[in-house]
Amino acid sequence: MDPKVVNDWRLRGQRYRLEGELCDHCGEAIFPPRDICPKCHEPAKTPQTLSGRGEVYTFSTIYSAPEGFEAYTPYTVALVKLEEGPIVTAQLTDVPPAEVQIGMPVEMVTRRLRTHGEEGTIVYGYKFRPASFWHASTQA
Amino acid sequence: MSSQHLMQPERAVGIIGYGSYIPMYRLSSTEVARVWSGGGRGPIKEKAVAGLDEDTVTIAMEAARNAVARAEIQADALRAIWVGSESPPYAVKPASTLVAEALGATPYLLAADFEFACKAGSEALQAALGLVGSRMGDYAMAIGADTAQGRPGDDLEYTASSGGSAFVVGPADLAVATLLGSLSYATDTPDFWRRAYQHYPRHGGRFTGEPAYFHHTQSAASRLMEELGMDPDDFEFAIFHQPNVKFPSRAARRLGFTAEQIDTGLLSNLIGNTYAGASLTGLSAVLDVAKPGDRILLVSFGSGAGSDAFVWEVTERITSRQDKAPRVTDYIRRRTEIDYALYVRYRGKLKT
Repeated sequence: MDPKVVNDWRLRGQRYRLEGELCDHCGEAIFPPRDICPKCHEPAKTPQTLSGRGEVYTFSTIYSAPEGFEAYTPYTVALVKLEEGPIVTAQLTDVPPAEVQIGMPVEMVTRRLRTHGEEGTIVYGYKFRPASFWHASTQA
Repeated sequence: MSSQHLMQPERAVGIIGYGSYIPMYRLSSTEVARVWSGGGRGPIKEKAVAGLDEDTVTIAMEAARNAVARAEIQADALRAIWVGSESPPYAVKPASTLVAEALGATPYLLAADFEFACKAGSEALQAALGLVGSRMGDYAMAIGADTAQGRPGDDLEYTASSGGSAFVVGPADLAVATLLGSLSYATDTPDFWRRAYQHYPRHGGRFTGEPAYFHHTQSAASRLMEELGMDPDDFEFAIFHQPNVKFPSRAARRLGFTAEQIDTGLLSNLIGNTYAGASLTGLSAVLDVAKPGDRILLVSFGSGAGSDAFVWEVTERITSRQDKAPRVTDYIRRRTEIDYALYVRYRGKLKT
């Protein structure tokens, strides 16, 4: 079995639906899941799916992409601070790089991340997009 | 021949949650005409185009999340997730398991993909009604989603678009819209097809009209209304499969429906033909604005060919669910126009 396929399979919970962990000892939200709380160092194994809501902490636009991502340039990679606390690294989508700002509210969507060639698997995972489009319009 | 063709499950069932997704990119008909016809305009204003990182699976996932939000159930209560599409990203490997995993609905469920051109999603909806209606499960999800492709320069390129909708079926006492009855009508009619390993479909030109679209939609709709003892006057809304604006408008008029009854669910002028998502997204747009007591006729069409027809009655629960997820009009308003060159890049029409 291709090790890339096995690795992608192991990560499906966190990649498709932001499944992290909740520390039963100190209440810290943990993402990605790592079974030991980074704050209090106690075991943490209770799965918790994060809301996917957060804001751009910082970002960078990629013009020269690593292998597997060339087709998507230019794209923006951001550190997203989730409302539960963890900061995750992810691509932004559905937004031109020039419109990205620090502090911009974003929400998680599941999109194609890459493919393993023409015949290999398609890798899906979380990206973030501007969160304002429907809350604002329904109030208008 | 049996005189009763109406399908009604033993247990009363309905839609308890619904949701849609439409990608943000738009390609105008005039832009396609500029490239291929030396100017002029096409049969619709513009169509929705999936971005570089979108496909039928990602469209289905977002529509499914919106449907679960409105259903107010835990996703692992779903006993089935069925995805109807003619453009699944894998030839072998279900889209439905990917959607199930994204929702957190695994592992105790049925998961499969349905194929019947543009009625693959409504076929999945019929199956979900049967599963819940027979008490094999309390909740089942049916999705119609596509990233449809027309051959460059073909008539279909003006309209073939991307989008989809999902429905959670459950017991009638939890429903936002209860099922009064459904009916399906299918024959072997080769109006449109795509052979294995071929990238683009072929179609029968004018043959797609009378013997295919109109015969099947009108037959299913008129027989269902007759067996339920209903007339066009009994409905606030009617939705027909919408490969363009002309076909559903003409079918509706022939059956006795007015423009007012079909306007809310007729989206093809603004988003194109989302194939398996088309009539279902029309239903979703109607549910977004429907009021308790409204009656809705939904008629799908899939080439090959067949129609599924459904009659729904909206319940008082609709009012509190409409704002639990983005409405279809929110997605329609979220638009970025692209030119033909970007469209060619986004839809992978260049050999690199």
